[in-house]
Order: sequence, then C-alpha cells, then structure tokens
Amino acid sequence: MEKEKYIIDLDEIRKMMSRSSRFISLSGLSGVSTGFIALAGALLARQLVFRHHDYLVYEAVPIDADNLSNLLLVALGTLLLSVFSALWFTGRKSRKENRCAWDNQAKRLLTNLLIPLLAGGILCLILLLRGYVGFLPGLTLIFYGLALLNGSHFTLSHIRLLGIADIVLGLFAFLFIEQSLFLWMLGFGVLQSIYGLLIQWK
Amino acid sequence: MVKDFLKDLDKAFENKIRLGIMSALMVNDQLDFNTLKDLLGVTDGNLASHLKSLEKSEYVSFSKSFLVRKPNTTYAATAKGKMAFRKHIGAIEKLLQ
Repeated sequence: MEKEKYIIDLDEIRKMMSRSSRFISLSGLSGVSTGFIALAGALLARQLVFRHHDYLVYEAVPIDADNLSNLLLVALGTLLLSVFSALWFTGRKSRKENRCAWDNQAKRLLTNLLIPLLAGGILCLILLLRGYVGFLPGLTLIFYGLALLNGSHFTLSHIRLLGIADIVLGLFAFLFIEQSLFLWMLGFGVLQSIYGLLIQWK
Repeated sequence: MVKDFLKDLDKAFENKIRLGIMSALMVNDQLDFNTLKDLLGVTDGNLASHLKSLEKSEYVSFSKSFLVRKPNTTYAATAKGKMAFRKHIGAIEKLLQ
C-alpha cells in the first residue's frame, strides 16, 4: 500500500519534469497566420516566376537575374513576415498568461528548431544560386519537418505529427517534381493553418 | 527492523503539491509563480502556502523582479533542496526494490 503511493509519486515527478520543461505558450494563431503568409508567398512566386518557366525539373536550369531576384525577394519577404507574425502571436499569448515569453523553455525550443532550419536554409540557398530550383520545395519541406520533429521534445508534443507530415510531403515533392510547388502549399499553407486552428481550439 | 534509507524520505515531499513544485524546479533553473500555478493546477493561496513551507526548509529560494511593470516572483531550488530531493527519490527507489 505504501509502495503504491510511492509508485504514483515517481510517476507524478516524471510527468511534472517533462511538462515543466516544455514551451507551452505556442500560439495556434501563429500557425494560422504563417500558413496564410506561406500560401500568399507561394502564389506570388507562381505568378511572378513559375507560371512562365519550367523550373520545377530534376536538373539545374539557367535562371536569369530578374527571376532569381524575384524568387529571393518573395522568399525573404515570406520568411520575415512569418517569423514576425509567429513571434507577435506567441508574445501576445505569453503576455495574456502573464508569463515571460523568453524563458529557458523558449530558448531551448528555438535552438532546436533553428539548427536544422539554418542548415536547410543554407543548403537551399546554395542550390538556388546553382540553378537547382526544382529541389527547393521538397528540401524546404523536409528540413522544416525535421526541425519540427526536433523541436517537438521541447514544446507541445503533437507538432511531431506536423513534422512527419511535412517530411512525407517533401519526399512526394521530389517524386512528383512538377507538382512540388502545389505540395509545398499543401504543407506550409494548408496543413500549417489546420494545425494552428487545432491547437487554438484545444 | 528500521531500514537505513528510510530516514532519507523527506516529510517536505510527502505532499503532492510540494513534490510537484520541486520536480518542476529540478529541471528548470527558475520558474515564476504563474507558471507553477498552471503546471500544478492549484489556487494562488494553496501554492503560496506550499512555497512558503519549502522556503522555510530552505529548499526553495525566490527573487522578485518587474515584468512589463507587473511584479514577478521567480522561484528556484536551492542546493540543499536539490540534495534533499535526490535523496528522497533514492529512498523511494530502494523502497520499491
């Protein structure tokens, strides 16, 4: 009888240690907003560049300076807007809960997200400058999925599922490279927004 | 026969809430009052009284600061508290063997 009480105690300790070391202020609205920004960015890239050129192929394409700078600008704009909106919504949620947003859990989460993301981002930039445009939708999906998988140990654990879904979509983007922009929109736009809504309602 | 390790079981950790507070503070350098409250799902008064009692045993220390013009108190486990907690868990593990 005494023993049972202590078994329960040990279980509680384990649970509390896991729960308290995760970042729990992740805002669902940041998922929704980044999803919409991603969709807008992808549509803009399609209108400006991909509609007029067959860049989504398994080889390096000769990409002229105009298209390259358009792609880079759209990518940079999408990235910055997403980061700002994610930080803004998450900061707002932390303030509402009277919690410090920039705590140890946040730092741990961010470092673990950023390492795969930076590696992927640099790789994609190198490939883009060498003309391998077709590989970018798949690779960005895969690296983002890996970053989420890595970060899932330090925040709401079900972002793991979103990570796995993005990795699978990324592989499909390589299999069906002509459709890769569409798959990218499905992952970064649709799934991301749906996931945001799900955690917002929970 | 009184087993030797039983003396390591700490009365301070017999209570679920105090056990929860210490578990959270073992894996976090520091936590603020509201975070602890959310983690444990207890009322302000309840949490405050258990924190007080842990402070009294010198297992927990606190520091006050201001966050966006609101007072913010953060709590941390002391070296003494961490030691007592490890001993307590060690004793439970031996007891369960």
